[in-house]
Amino acid sequence: MVRENRTVIGVKGLAKQFGSVTAVAGLNFDVQAGELFGFLGPNGAGKTTTVRMLTGVLEPSNGTATIEDHDIRTEPLLSRAHLGVVPEQANVYPDLSVWRNLMLMAELYGVPRTQRCREGQRLLETLGLADRKRHKARTLSKGLRQRLVLCAALVTGPEILFLDEPTGGLDVASARLIRQIIRQLNAEGLTVFLTTHNMDEAEEMCSRVAIINRGRLVAIDAPGRLRSAMRSSQYLEVAFAGDEVDTSELERLPDAMRVSREGKSVRLYGEQPGRLAMQVARLAETKRLEIVHLCTRKPTLEDVFLYFTGDRARELER
Amino acid sequence: MTAHTELARTWRRQAHGALVIVKKNAMLYYLKPPVLIFGVLFPVFFFLAFKMGRPIPAENIVPGMVAMALWFTASAVGPLVTPWERRAKTYERLISTPVSLQAILIGDVVSGLIFGGCLSVVPIGLGLALTNASIVSPAALIGGILLGALSFAALGVLLAAPPVSSPANIMLLSNLVRLPLLFVSGIFLPIARMPDWAQWVAPISPLSYAGDLIRSGFGQQAYFPLWLSPAMLVVFTAGLTWGAFRFHRRWRAKGL
Repeated sequence: MVRENRTVIGVKGLAKQFGSVTAVAGLNFDVQAGELFGFLGPNGAGKTTTVRMLTGVLEPSNGTATIEDHDIRTEPLLSRAHLGVVPEQANVYPDLSVWRNLMLMAELYGVPRTQRCREGQRLLETLGLADRKRHKARTLSKGLRQRLVLCAALVTGPEILFLDEPTGGLDVASARLIRQIIRQLNAEGLTVFLTTHNMDEAEEMCSRVAIINRGRLVAIDAPGRLRSAMRSSQYLEVAFAGDEVDTSELERLPDAMRVSREGKSVRLYGEQPGRLAMQVARLAETKRLEIVHLCTRKPTLEDVFLYFTGDRARELER
Repeated sequence: MTAHTELARTWRRQAHGALVIVKKNAMLYYLKPPVLIFGVLFPVFFFLAFKMGRPIPAENIVPGMVAMALWFTASAVGPLVTPWERRAKTYERLISTPVSLQAILIGDVVSGLIFGGCLSVVPIGLGLALTNASIVSPAALIGGILLGALSFAALGVLLAAPPVSSPANIMLLSNLVRLPLLFVSGIFLPIARMPDWAQWVAPISPLSYAGDLIRSGFGQQAYFPLWLSPAMLVVFTAGLTWGAFRFHRRWRAKGL
Protein backbone atom coordinates (compact mmCIF):
# COMPACT_ATOMS: atom_id res chain seq x y z
CA MET A 1 0.00 0.00 0.00
CA VAL A 2 1.43 3.38 -1.06
CA ARG A 3 0.20 5.90 1.50
CA GLU A 4 0.82 9.61 1.30
CA ASN A 5 -0.09 12.22 3.82
CA ARG A 6 -2.46 13.93 1.47
CA THR A 7 -6.20 14.13 1.98
CA VAL A 8 -8.04 12.97 -1.13
CA ILE A 9 -11.51 12.79 0.42
CA GLY A 10 -12.35 15.40 3.04
CA VAL A 11 -15.84 15.14 4.50
CA LYS A 12 -17.04 18.16 6.46
CA GLY A 13 -20.38 18.12 8.22
CA LEU A 14 -21.97 16.14 5.40
CA ALA A 15 -25.68 15.63 6.01
CA LYS A 16 -28.73 14.42 4.13
CA GLN A 17 -32.34 14.83 5.08
CA PHE A 18 -35.22 13.09 3.30
CA GLY A 19 -38.29 14.96 4.50
CA SER A 20 -38.35 14.46 8.26
CA VAL A 21 -35.90 11.54 8.13
CA THR A 22 -32.23 12.24 8.77
CA ALA A 23 -30.31 9.72 6.69
CA VAL A 24 -26.86 11.20 7.35
CA ALA A 25 -26.27 13.57 10.26
CA GLY A 26 -23.13 15.64 9.84
CA LEU A 27 -20.26 13.30 9.04
CA ASN A 28 -16.65 14.44 9.40
CA PHE A 29 -13.71 12.33 8.29
CA ASP A 30 -10.76 12.31 5.91
CA VAL A 31 -9.36 9.65 3.64
CA GLN A 32 -5.67 9.82 2.76
CA ALA A 33 -4.15 9.06 -0.64
CA GLY A 34 -3.39 5.37 -1.03
CA GLU A 35 -5.67 4.21 1.80
CA LEU A 36 -8.02 1.27 1.56
CA PHE A 37 -10.76 2.79 3.65
CA GLY A 38 -13.66 0.66 4.90
CA PHE A 39 -17.06 2.21 5.50
CA LEU A 40 -19.20 -0.05 7.65
CA GLY A 41 -22.65 0.11 9.12
CA PRO A 42 -25.87 -1.84 9.51
CA ASN A 43 -28.66 -1.66 6.93
CA GLY A 44 -30.17 1.82 6.78
CA ALA A 45 -27.20 3.40 8.58
CA GLY A 46 -26.58 5.89 5.77
CA LYS A 47 -23.67 4.23 3.96
CA THR A 48 -25.12 4.26 0.47
CA THR A 49 -26.53 7.77 0.96
CA THR A 50 -23.04 8.95 1.92
CA VAL A 51 -21.47 7.27 -1.10
CA ARG A 52 -24.15 8.74 -3.34
CA MET A 53 -23.42 12.22 -2.03
CA LEU A 54 -19.68 11.78 -2.50
CA THR A 55 -20.13 10.48 -6.05
CA GLY A 56 -22.50 13.28 -7.07
CA VAL A 57 -25.71 11.28 -7.33
CA LEU A 58 -27.36 13.03 -4.37
CA GLU A 59 -27.01 16.62 -3.28
CA PRO A 60 -26.16 17.06 0.39
CA SER A 61 -28.69 18.91 2.56
CA ASN A 62 -25.86 20.35 4.63
CA GLY A 63 -22.09 20.33 4.83
CA THR A 64 -19.84 19.34 1.98
CA ALA A 65 -16.88 17.22 0.96
CA THR A 66 -13.84 17.60 -1.23
CA ILE A 67 -12.52 15.06 -3.70
CA GLU A 68 -8.92 15.80 -4.66
CA ASP A 69 -9.49 19.37 -3.38
CA HIS A 70 -12.59 19.89 -5.54
CA ASP A 71 -15.72 20.73 -3.58
CA ILE A 72 -18.53 18.31 -4.49
CA ARG A 73 -21.08 21.14 -4.30
CA THR A 74 -19.30 23.90 -6.16
CA GLU A 75 -17.15 21.81 -8.54
CA PRO A 76 -19.14 18.60 -8.97
CA LEU A 77 -17.84 17.76 -12.44
CA LEU A 78 -14.18 18.22 -11.50
CA SER A 79 -14.64 16.16 -8.36
CA ARG A 80 -16.36 13.34 -10.28
CA ALA A 81 -13.59 13.27 -12.88
CA HIS A 82 -11.28 11.64 -10.29
CA LEU A 83 -13.64 8.84 -9.35
CA GLY A 84 -14.34 5.34 -10.44
CA VAL A 85 -17.62 4.06 -9.03
CA VAL A 86 -19.10 0.62 -8.50
CA PRO A 87 -22.56 1.36 -7.07
CA GLU A 88 -24.38 -1.14 -4.89
CA GLN A 89 -26.94 -2.16 -7.50
CA ALA A 90 -24.90 -1.27 -10.51
CA ASN A 91 -25.36 -2.82 -13.84
CA VAL A 92 -23.84 -2.57 -17.24
CA TYR A 93 -25.83 -2.09 -20.44
CA PRO A 94 -27.13 -5.60 -21.09
CA ASP A 95 -27.68 -5.01 -24.81
CA LEU A 96 -24.12 -3.80 -25.42
CA SER A 97 -21.14 -6.08 -25.76
CA VAL A 98 -18.59 -6.32 -22.98
CA TRP A 99 -16.17 -4.25 -25.04
CA ARG A 100 -18.71 -1.53 -25.97
CA ASN A 101 -19.67 -1.19 -22.31
CA LEU A 102 -16.06 -0.47 -21.42
CA MET A 103 -15.50 1.92 -24.29
CA LEU A 104 -18.72 3.82 -23.53
CA MET A 105 -17.68 4.48 -19.94
CA ALA A 106 -14.17 5.53 -21.00
CA GLU A 107 -15.61 7.89 -23.62
CA LEU A 108 -17.87 9.51 -21.02
CA TYR A 109 -14.73 10.31 -19.03
CA GLY A 110 -12.99 11.63 -22.14
CA VAL A 111 -10.26 8.95 -22.16
CA PRO A 112 -8.37 9.15 -25.50
CA ARG A 113 -9.02 6.29 -27.94
CA THR A 114 -5.56 4.67 -27.85
CA GLN A 115 -5.46 4.75 -24.08
CA ARG A 116 -8.98 3.39 -23.61
CA CYS A 117 -8.39 0.53 -26.05
CA ARG A 118 -5.09 -0.45 -24.45
CA GLU A 119 -6.42 -0.15 -20.90
CA GLY A 120 -9.69 -1.90 -21.76
CA GLN A 121 -7.88 -4.90 -23.23
CA ARG A 122 -5.52 -5.10 -20.25
CA LEU A 123 -8.40 -4.99 -17.75
CA LEU A 124 -10.40 -7.63 -19.59
CA GLU A 125 -7.40 -9.92 -19.43
CA THR A 126 -6.73 -9.17 -15.76
CA LEU A 127 -10.34 -9.82 -14.79
CA GLY A 128 -10.74 -12.93 -16.92
CA LEU A 129 -13.17 -11.44 -19.43
CA ALA A 130 -11.01 -11.33 -22.55
CA ASP A 131 -12.73 -14.32 -24.14
CA ARG A 132 -16.13 -12.66 -23.58
CA LYS A 133 -15.14 -9.39 -25.23
CA ARG A 134 -17.70 -9.63 -28.06
CA HIS A 135 -20.47 -11.19 -25.97
CA LYS A 136 -23.53 -9.17 -24.98
CA ALA A 137 -23.38 -8.25 -21.30
CA ARG A 138 -26.77 -9.90 -20.78
CA THR A 139 -25.16 -13.30 -21.39
CA LEU A 140 -22.78 -12.91 -18.43
CA SER A 141 -23.35 -14.50 -15.03
CA LYS A 142 -23.73 -12.22 -12.02
CA GLY A 143 -20.10 -12.73 -11.04
CA LEU A 144 -18.80 -11.94 -14.52
CA ARG A 145 -21.10 -8.95 -14.78
CA GLN A 146 -19.74 -7.56 -11.52
CA ARG A 147 -16.23 -8.00 -12.89
CA LEU A 148 -17.31 -6.00 -15.92
CA VAL A 149 -18.73 -3.25 -13.68
CA LEU A 150 -15.34 -3.11 -11.97
CA CYS A 151 -13.56 -3.01 -15.35
CA ALA A 152 -15.81 -0.14 -16.43
CA ALA A 153 -14.94 1.76 -13.26
CA LEU A 154 -11.21 1.21 -13.76
CA VAL A 155 -10.95 1.86 -17.49
CA THR A 156 -11.42 5.57 -16.79
CA GLY A 157 -8.12 5.64 -14.87
CA PRO A 158 -9.56 6.86 -11.53
CA GLU A 159 -7.50 8.11 -8.61
CA ILE A 160 -10.17 7.08 -6.13
CA LEU A 161 -12.33 3.99 -6.44
CA PHE A 162 -15.72 3.84 -4.68
CA LEU A 163 -17.02 0.32 -4.17
CA ASP A 164 -20.44 -0.18 -2.61
CA GLU A 165 -20.81 -3.83 -1.55
CA PRO A 166 -18.71 -5.05 -4.49
CA THR A 167 -18.76 -8.73 -3.55
CA GLY A 168 -22.34 -8.99 -2.25
CA GLY A 169 -24.05 -12.11 -3.56
CA LEU A 170 -21.11 -13.24 -5.67
CA ASP A 171 -19.69 -16.74 -5.99
CA VAL A 172 -16.53 -17.45 -4.03
CA ALA A 173 -14.20 -17.32 -7.06
CA SER A 174 -15.50 -13.94 -8.33
CA ALA A 175 -15.50 -12.42 -4.83
CA ARG A 176 -11.95 -13.61 -4.23
CA LEU A 177 -10.75 -12.31 -7.61
CA ILE A 178 -12.35 -8.92 -7.04
CA ARG A 179 -10.79 -8.65 -3.56
CA GLN A 180 -7.42 -9.65 -4.97
CA ILE A 181 -7.65 -7.03 -7.74
CA ILE A 182 -8.69 -4.33 -5.28
CA ARG A 183 -5.76 -5.13 -3.00
CA GLN A 184 -3.38 -5.12 -5.95
CA LEU A 185 -4.67 -1.77 -7.22
CA ASN A 186 -4.40 -0.33 -3.74
CA ALA A 187 -0.83 -1.60 -3.48
CA GLU A 188 -0.12 0.32 -6.70
CA GLY A 189 -1.41 3.53 -5.12
CA LEU A 190 -5.14 3.65 -5.89
CA THR A 191 -7.22 5.02 -3.03
CA VAL A 192 -10.18 2.74 -2.32
CA PHE A 193 -13.36 3.63 -0.45
CA LEU A 194 -15.02 0.31 0.32
CA THR A 195 -18.52 -0.01 1.70
CA THR A 196 -19.23 -3.50 2.95
CA HIS A 197 -21.29 -5.64 5.28
CA ASN A 198 -18.68 -8.32 5.22
CA MET A 199 -16.58 -7.92 8.37
CA ASP A 200 -14.01 -10.50 7.30
CA GLU A 201 -13.55 -8.59 4.05
CA ALA A 202 -13.13 -5.29 5.89
CA GLU A 203 -10.77 -6.78 8.46
CA GLU A 204 -8.68 -8.49 5.82
CA MET A 205 -8.46 -5.59 3.39
CA CYS A 206 -8.88 -2.20 5.05
CA SER A 207 -6.13 -0.11 6.55
CA ARG A 208 -8.74 2.00 8.35
CA VAL A 209 -12.45 1.65 8.90
CA ALA A 210 -15.25 4.02 9.81
CA ILE A 211 -18.40 2.68 11.44
CA ILE A 212 -21.60 4.58 10.85
CA ASN A 213 -24.86 4.01 12.70
CA ARG A 214 -28.12 5.90 12.22
CA GLY A 215 -26.36 8.48 10.08
CA ARG A 216 -23.64 9.22 12.64
CA LEU A 217 -20.00 8.23 12.71
CA VAL A 218 -19.47 6.11 15.82
CA ALA A 219 -15.90 4.90 15.35
CA ILE A 220 -13.00 5.44 12.98
CA ASP A 221 -9.56 3.87 13.22
CA ALA A 222 -7.42 0.97 12.05
CA PRO A 223 -9.20 -2.36 12.65
CA GLY A 224 -6.43 -3.51 15.01
CA ARG A 225 -6.68 -0.37 17.11
CA LEU A 226 -10.45 -0.58 17.30
CA ARG A 227 -10.16 -4.15 18.51
CA SER A 228 -7.58 -3.37 21.16
CA ALA A 229 -9.63 -0.41 22.31
CA MET A 230 -12.27 -2.93 23.29
CA ARG A 231 -10.21 -4.59 26.01
CA SER A 232 -13.31 -5.65 27.92
CA SER A 233 -14.38 -7.76 24.93
CA GLN A 234 -11.32 -10.00 25.12
CA TYR A 235 -12.14 -13.38 26.52
CA LEU A 236 -10.88 -16.77 27.53
CA GLU A 237 -12.66 -19.82 26.23
CA VAL A 238 -12.48 -22.95 28.33
CA ALA A 239 -14.09 -26.39 28.20
CA PHE A 240 -13.88 -29.09 30.88
CA ALA A 241 -14.23 -32.83 30.56
CA GLY A 242 -17.22 -34.50 32.13
CA ASP A 243 -20.32 -32.83 33.46
CA GLU A 244 -21.02 -29.16 33.06
CA VAL A 245 -19.15 -26.95 35.50
CA ASP A 246 -20.90 -24.62 37.87
CA THR A 247 -20.18 -21.17 36.40
CA SER A 248 -20.60 -19.41 39.75
CA GLU A 249 -17.10 -20.62 40.70
CA LEU A 250 -15.73 -19.06 37.52
CA GLU A 251 -17.60 -15.81 38.10
CA ARG A 252 -15.78 -15.44 41.41
CA LEU A 253 -12.35 -15.42 39.76
CA PRO A 254 -10.68 -12.03 40.42
CA ASP A 255 -10.14 -11.04 36.75
CA ALA A 256 -13.44 -12.36 35.33
CA MET A 257 -15.68 -9.46 34.42
CA ARG A 258 -18.43 -11.54 32.85
CA VAL A 259 -19.06 -15.22 32.18
CA SER A 260 -21.23 -16.76 29.50
CA ARG A 261 -21.88 -20.31 28.41
CA GLU A 262 -21.48 -21.21 24.73
CA GLY A 263 -22.50 -24.86 24.34
CA LYS A 264 -19.99 -27.00 26.26
CA SER A 265 -17.53 -24.10 26.50
CA VAL A 266 -17.52 -21.20 28.91
CA ARG A 267 -16.38 -17.70 27.97
CA LEU A 268 -14.77 -15.55 30.63
CA TYR A 269 -14.48 -11.91 29.63
CA GLY A 270 -11.72 -9.80 31.14
CA GLU A 271 -9.12 -7.19 30.31
CA GLN A 272 -6.25 -9.64 30.90
CA PRO A 273 -7.13 -13.06 29.46
CA GLY A 274 -3.61 -14.38 30.20
CA ARG A 275 -3.98 -13.88 33.96
CA LEU A 276 -7.49 -15.24 33.76
CA ALA A 277 -6.10 -18.44 32.15
CA MET A 278 -3.79 -18.99 35.12
CA GLN A 279 -6.65 -18.46 37.56
CA VAL A 280 -8.78 -21.00 35.66
CA ALA A 281 -5.90 -23.50 35.66
CA ARG A 282 -5.50 -23.12 39.44
CA LEU A 283 -9.26 -23.56 39.94
CA ALA A 284 -9.22 -26.69 37.77
CA GLU A 285 -6.37 -28.15 39.81
CA THR A 286 -8.13 -27.41 43.09
CA LYS A 287 -11.45 -28.83 41.90
CA ARG A 288 -9.80 -31.73 40.04
CA LEU A 289 -11.34 -30.72 36.73
CA GLU A 290 -9.79 -31.77 33.45
CA ILE A 291 -9.37 -28.91 30.93
CA VAL A 292 -9.97 -30.14 27.37
CA HIS A 293 -9.85 -26.79 25.63
CA LEU A 294 -8.38 -23.45 26.66
CA CYS A 295 -7.66 -20.44 24.47
CA THR A 296 -7.67 -16.67 24.61
CA ARG A 297 -9.57 -14.66 22.01
CA LYS A 298 -9.31 -11.05 20.98
CA PRO A 299 -12.44 -9.28 19.73
CA THR A 300 -12.98 -9.46 15.98
CA LEU A 301 -13.99 -6.53 13.86
CA GLU A 302 -17.45 -8.03 13.98
CA ASP A 303 -17.42 -7.70 17.78
CA VAL A 304 -16.31 -4.09 17.40
CA PHE A 305 -19.05 -3.49 14.86
CA LEU A 306 -21.72 -5.05 17.04
CA TYR A 307 -20.47 -3.12 20.03
CA PHE A 308 -20.71 0.24 18.28
CA THR A 309 -23.93 -0.45 16.43
CA GLY A 310 -25.66 -2.43 19.16
CA ASP A 311 -24.85 -2.25 22.87
CA ARG A 312 -22.79 0.90 22.72
CA ALA A 313 -25.28 2.64 20.43
CA ARG A 314 -28.08 1.87 22.89
CA GLU A 315 -25.90 3.10 25.74
CA LEU A 316 -25.24 6.36 23.92
CA GLU A 317 -28.93 6.78 23.18
CA ARG A 318 -29.75 6.31 26.87
CA MET B 1 -5.02 28.73 -17.10
CA THR B 2 -7.44 31.63 -17.40
CA ALA B 3 -11.04 31.33 -16.32
CA HIS B 4 -12.06 31.81 -19.94
CA THR B 5 -9.94 28.88 -21.14
CA GLU B 6 -11.18 26.67 -18.32
CA LEU B 7 -14.78 27.52 -19.18
CA ALA B 8 -14.18 26.71 -22.85
CA ARG B 9 -12.62 23.39 -21.84
CA THR B 10 -15.58 22.54 -19.63
CA TRP B 11 -18.02 23.31 -22.46
CA ARG B 12 -16.01 21.21 -24.87
CA ARG B 13 -15.99 18.28 -22.45
CA GLN B 14 -19.72 18.56 -21.83
CA ALA B 15 -20.45 18.79 -25.56
CA HIS B 16 -18.35 15.66 -26.07
CA GLY B 17 -20.25 13.97 -23.23
CA ALA B 18 -23.58 14.85 -24.88
CA LEU B 19 -22.37 13.33 -28.16
CA VAL B 20 -21.37 10.12 -26.37
CA ILE B 21 -24.89 10.01 -24.91
CA VAL B 22 -26.33 10.41 -28.44
CA LYS B 23 -24.18 7.50 -29.61
CA LYS B 24 -25.25 5.36 -26.64
CA ASN B 25 -28.94 6.13 -27.24
CA ALA B 26 -28.65 5.30 -30.94
CA MET B 27 -27.02 1.95 -30.13
CA LEU B 28 -29.44 1.06 -27.37
CA TYR B 29 -32.81 2.66 -27.87
CA TYR B 30 -33.55 3.43 -31.52
CA LEU B 31 -34.61 -0.14 -32.16
CA LYS B 32 -36.40 -0.80 -28.88
CA PRO B 33 -39.96 -2.08 -29.48
CA PRO B 34 -41.73 0.83 -27.69
CA VAL B 35 -39.85 3.35 -29.86
CA LEU B 36 -40.79 1.51 -33.03
CA ILE B 37 -44.41 0.95 -31.95
CA PHE B 38 -45.13 4.45 -30.68
CA GLY B 39 -42.78 6.21 -33.06
CA VAL B 40 -43.33 4.42 -36.35
CA LEU B 41 -46.44 2.22 -36.29
CA PHE B 42 -48.67 4.73 -34.47
CA PRO B 43 -48.47 7.46 -37.14
CA VAL B 44 -48.91 4.92 -39.95
CA PHE B 45 -52.14 3.59 -38.43
CA PHE B 46 -53.39 7.09 -37.62
CA PHE B 47 -52.78 8.06 -41.22
CA LEU B 48 -54.61 5.02 -42.56
CA ALA B 49 -57.53 5.60 -40.19
CA PHE B 50 -57.75 9.21 -41.31
CA LYS B 51 -57.37 8.63 -45.02
CA MET B 52 -59.35 5.49 -45.75
CA GLY B 53 -62.77 6.09 -47.23
CA ARG B 54 -62.46 9.90 -47.27
CA PRO B 55 -62.54 11.85 -50.53
CA ILE B 56 -59.47 14.01 -49.82
CA PRO B 57 -56.74 14.48 -52.44
CA ALA B 58 -53.76 12.47 -51.19
CA GLU B 59 -51.30 15.38 -51.68
CA ASN B 60 -53.33 17.51 -49.26
CA ILE B 61 -52.66 15.20 -46.37
CA VAL B 62 -48.93 14.73 -46.98
CA PRO B 63 -47.87 17.69 -44.77
CA GLY B 64 -50.08 16.46 -41.93
CA MET B 65 -48.65 12.98 -42.31
CA VAL B 66 -45.08 14.32 -42.18
CA ALA B 67 -45.82 16.45 -39.11
CA MET B 68 -47.59 13.61 -37.32
CA ALA B 69 -44.77 11.16 -38.03
CA LEU B 70 -42.27 13.73 -36.77
CA TRP B 71 -44.37 14.32 -33.64
CA PHE B 72 -44.39 10.64 -32.72
CA THR B 73 -40.84 9.75 -33.71
CA ALA B 74 -38.99 12.71 -32.21
CA SER B 75 -40.88 12.48 -28.92
CA ALA B 76 -40.60 8.68 -28.66
CA VAL B 77 -36.93 8.39 -27.66
CA GLY B 78 -36.92 10.71 -24.61
CA PRO B 79 -39.65 8.95 -22.61
CA LEU B 80 -37.86 5.67 -23.00
CA VAL B 81 -34.25 6.46 -22.09
CA THR B 82 -34.32 7.56 -18.44
CA PRO B 83 -37.01 5.09 -17.23
CA TRP B 84 -35.22 2.26 -19.03
CA GLU B 85 -31.88 3.26 -17.50
CA ARG B 86 -33.46 3.44 -14.05
CA ARG B 87 -34.96 -0.02 -14.42
CA ALA B 88 -31.77 -1.52 -15.84
CA LYS B 89 -29.81 0.02 -12.92
CA THR B 90 -27.44 1.87 -15.24
CA TYR B 91 -28.71 5.35 -14.40
CA GLU B 92 -26.78 5.82 -11.13
CA ARG B 93 -23.49 5.05 -12.83
CA LEU B 94 -24.35 7.43 -15.66
CA ILE B 95 -25.09 10.39 -13.39
CA SER B 96 -21.94 9.84 -11.36
CA THR B 97 -19.74 10.40 -14.43
CA PRO B 98 -18.20 13.84 -15.03
CA VAL B 99 -20.91 14.54 -17.62
CA SER B 100 -23.44 16.96 -16.19
CA LEU B 101 -27.11 16.09 -16.00
CA GLN B 102 -27.78 18.92 -18.45
CA ALA B 103 -25.36 17.46 -20.99
CA ILE B 104 -26.97 14.03 -20.57
CA LEU B 105 -30.42 15.52 -21.20
CA ILE B 106 -29.20 17.53 -24.18
CA GLY B 107 -27.80 14.28 -25.54
CA ASP B 108 -31.26 12.73 -25.10
CA VAL B 109 -32.91 15.68 -26.89
CA VAL B 110 -30.45 15.45 -29.78
CA SER B 111 -31.12 11.70 -29.98
CA GLY B 112 -34.83 12.43 -30.46
CA LEU B 113 -34.03 15.15 -33.00
CA ILE B 114 -31.88 12.80 -35.09
CA PHE B 115 -34.36 9.91 -34.85
CA GLY B 116 -37.33 12.10 -35.80
CA GLY B 117 -35.43 14.05 -38.46
CA CYS B 118 -34.10 10.93 -40.18
CA LEU B 119 -37.39 9.05 -40.12
CA SER B 120 -39.29 12.07 -41.51
CA VAL B 121 -37.52 11.35 -44.80
CA VAL B 122 -39.79 8.29 -45.18
CA PRO B 123 -43.19 10.07 -45.26
CA ILE B 124 -41.71 12.89 -47.34
CA GLY B 125 -40.33 10.39 -49.83
CA LEU B 126 -43.58 8.43 -49.97
CA GLY B 127 -45.60 11.65 -50.34
CA LEU B 128 -43.44 12.88 -53.21
CA ALA B 129 -43.34 9.50 -54.92
CA LEU B 130 -46.95 8.42 -54.58
CA THR B 131 -48.91 11.71 -54.71
CA ASN B 132 -48.82 14.99 -56.58
CA ALA B 133 -47.34 16.79 -53.57
CA SER B 134 -44.25 18.91 -54.23
CA ILE B 135 -41.86 20.92 -52.10
CA VAL B 136 -42.33 24.63 -52.72
CA SER B 137 -40.27 26.07 -49.89
CA PRO B 138 -37.41 23.77 -48.79
CA ALA B 139 -36.36 26.29 -46.10
CA ALA B 140 -39.78 26.20 -44.44
CA LEU B 141 -39.91 22.40 -44.68
CA ILE B 142 -36.41 21.86 -43.28
CA GLY B 143 -36.93 24.54 -40.63
CA GLY B 144 -40.23 22.96 -39.62
CA ILE B 145 -38.70 19.50 -39.40
CA LEU B 146 -35.59 20.53 -37.48
CA LEU B 147 -37.19 22.97 -35.06
CA GLY B 148 -40.24 20.76 -34.68
CA ALA B 149 -38.13 17.67 -33.97
CA LEU B 150 -36.10 19.64 -31.44
CA SER B 151 -39.12 20.84 -29.49
CA PHE B 152 -40.87 17.44 -29.66
CA ALA B 153 -37.71 15.71 -28.46
CA ALA B 154 -37.45 18.19 -25.57
CA LEU B 155 -41.07 17.40 -24.67
CA GLY B 156 -40.24 13.69 -24.69
CA VAL B 157 -37.28 14.23 -22.37
CA LEU B 158 -39.39 16.33 -20.00
CA LEU B 159 -42.03 13.59 -19.86
CA ALA B 160 -39.33 11.08 -18.81
CA ALA B 161 -38.57 12.99 -15.58
CA PRO B 162 -41.04 11.37 -13.13
CA PRO B 163 -39.39 8.47 -11.29
CA VAL B 164 -41.41 5.34 -12.10
CA SER B 165 -40.74 1.66 -11.67
CA SER B 166 -41.76 0.73 -15.20
CA PRO B 167 -40.97 2.48 -18.50
CA ALA B 168 -44.50 1.57 -19.66
CA ASN B 169 -45.93 4.11 -17.18
CA ILE B 170 -43.96 6.90 -18.85
CA MET B 171 -45.08 5.75 -22.31
CA LEU B 172 -48.68 5.97 -21.05
CA LEU B 173 -48.06 9.44 -19.66
CA SER B 174 -46.44 10.56 -22.90
CA ASN B 175 -49.41 9.32 -24.93
CA LEU B 176 -51.75 11.07 -22.54
CA VAL B 177 -50.02 14.30 -23.53
CA ARG B 178 -49.24 13.58 -27.19
CA LEU B 179 -52.60 12.24 -28.38
CA PRO B 180 -54.84 15.14 -27.26
CA LEU B 181 -52.35 17.65 -28.66
CA LEU B 182 -52.38 15.79 -31.97
CA PHE B 183 -56.08 16.48 -32.38
CA VAL B 184 -55.90 20.22 -31.64
CA SER B 185 -52.83 21.00 -33.76
CA GLY B 186 -54.41 21.15 -37.21
CA ILE B 187 -53.07 17.80 -38.39
CA PHE B 188 -56.33 16.17 -39.42
CA LEU B 189 -58.21 19.41 -40.00
CA PRO B 190 -56.65 22.83 -40.76
CA ILE B 191 -56.64 25.03 -37.66
CA ALA B 192 -58.83 27.64 -39.43
CA ARG B 193 -61.57 25.04 -39.84
CA MET B 194 -61.41 23.67 -36.30
CA PRO B 195 -64.05 24.66 -33.67
CA ASP B 196 -63.43 27.89 -31.75
CA TRP B 197 -62.30 26.19 -28.55
CA ALA B 198 -59.76 24.14 -30.51
CA GLN B 199 -58.46 27.27 -32.24
CA TRP B 200 -57.83 28.71 -28.79
CA VAL B 201 -55.97 25.60 -27.67
CA ALA B 202 -53.93 25.13 -30.88
CA PRO B 203 -51.30 27.82 -30.03
CA ILE B 204 -50.22 25.95 -26.88
CA SER B 205 -49.08 22.97 -28.93
CA PRO B 206 -45.65 22.99 -30.60
CA LEU B 207 -47.08 20.63 -33.20
CA SER B 208 -49.34 23.43 -34.50
CA TYR B 209 -46.31 25.56 -35.44
CA ALA B 210 -44.24 22.70 -36.84
CA GLY B 211 -47.23 21.50 -38.87
CA ASP B 212 -47.78 25.02 -40.16
CA LEU B 213 -44.17 25.36 -41.32
CA ILE B 214 -44.24 21.95 -42.99
CA ARG B 215 -47.51 22.88 -44.69
CA SER B 216 -45.84 26.06 -46.01
CA GLY B 217 -42.98 23.90 -47.23
CA PHE B 218 -45.43 21.95 -49.38
CA GLY B 219 -46.95 25.20 -50.66
CA GLN B 220 -50.15 25.06 -48.62
CA GLN B 221 -51.77 27.97 -46.77
CA ALA B 222 -50.17 28.66 -43.36
CA TYR B 223 -52.35 29.60 -40.39
CA PHE B 224 -49.72 31.50 -38.39
CA PRO B 225 -47.45 34.24 -39.77
CA LEU B 226 -44.33 32.58 -41.17
CA TRP B 227 -42.00 34.33 -38.70
CA LEU B 228 -44.06 33.28 -35.69
CA SER B 229 -43.77 29.50 -36.09
CA PRO B 230 -39.95 29.22 -35.89
CA ALA B 231 -39.92 31.72 -33.03
CA MET B 232 -42.54 29.76 -31.10
CA LEU B 233 -40.73 26.47 -31.71
CA VAL B 234 -37.53 28.00 -30.29
CA VAL B 235 -39.50 29.22 -27.27
CA PHE B 236 -41.07 25.77 -26.79
CA THR B 237 -37.68 24.06 -27.08
CA ALA B 238 -36.14 26.40 -24.53
CA GLY B 239 -39.06 26.13 -22.11
CA LEU B 240 -39.39 22.35 -22.34
CA THR B 241 -35.62 21.85 -22.01
CA TRP B 242 -35.56 24.11 -18.97
CA GLY B 243 -38.42 22.11 -17.48
CA ALA B 244 -36.58 18.87 -18.24
CA PHE B 245 -33.43 20.16 -16.46
CA ARG B 246 -35.45 21.22 -13.47
CA PHE B 247 -37.57 18.09 -13.00
CA HIS B 248 -34.86 15.57 -13.85
CA ARG B 249 -32.64 17.26 -11.30
CA ARG B 250 -35.37 17.19 -8.67
CA TRP B 251 -36.14 13.50 -9.19
CA ARG B 252 -32.79 12.14 -10.31
CA ALA B 253 -32.03 10.15 -7.17
CA LYS B 254 -35.59 8.90 -6.65
CA GLY B 255 -36.22 5.23 -7.22
CA LEU B 256 -32.58 4.26 -7.80
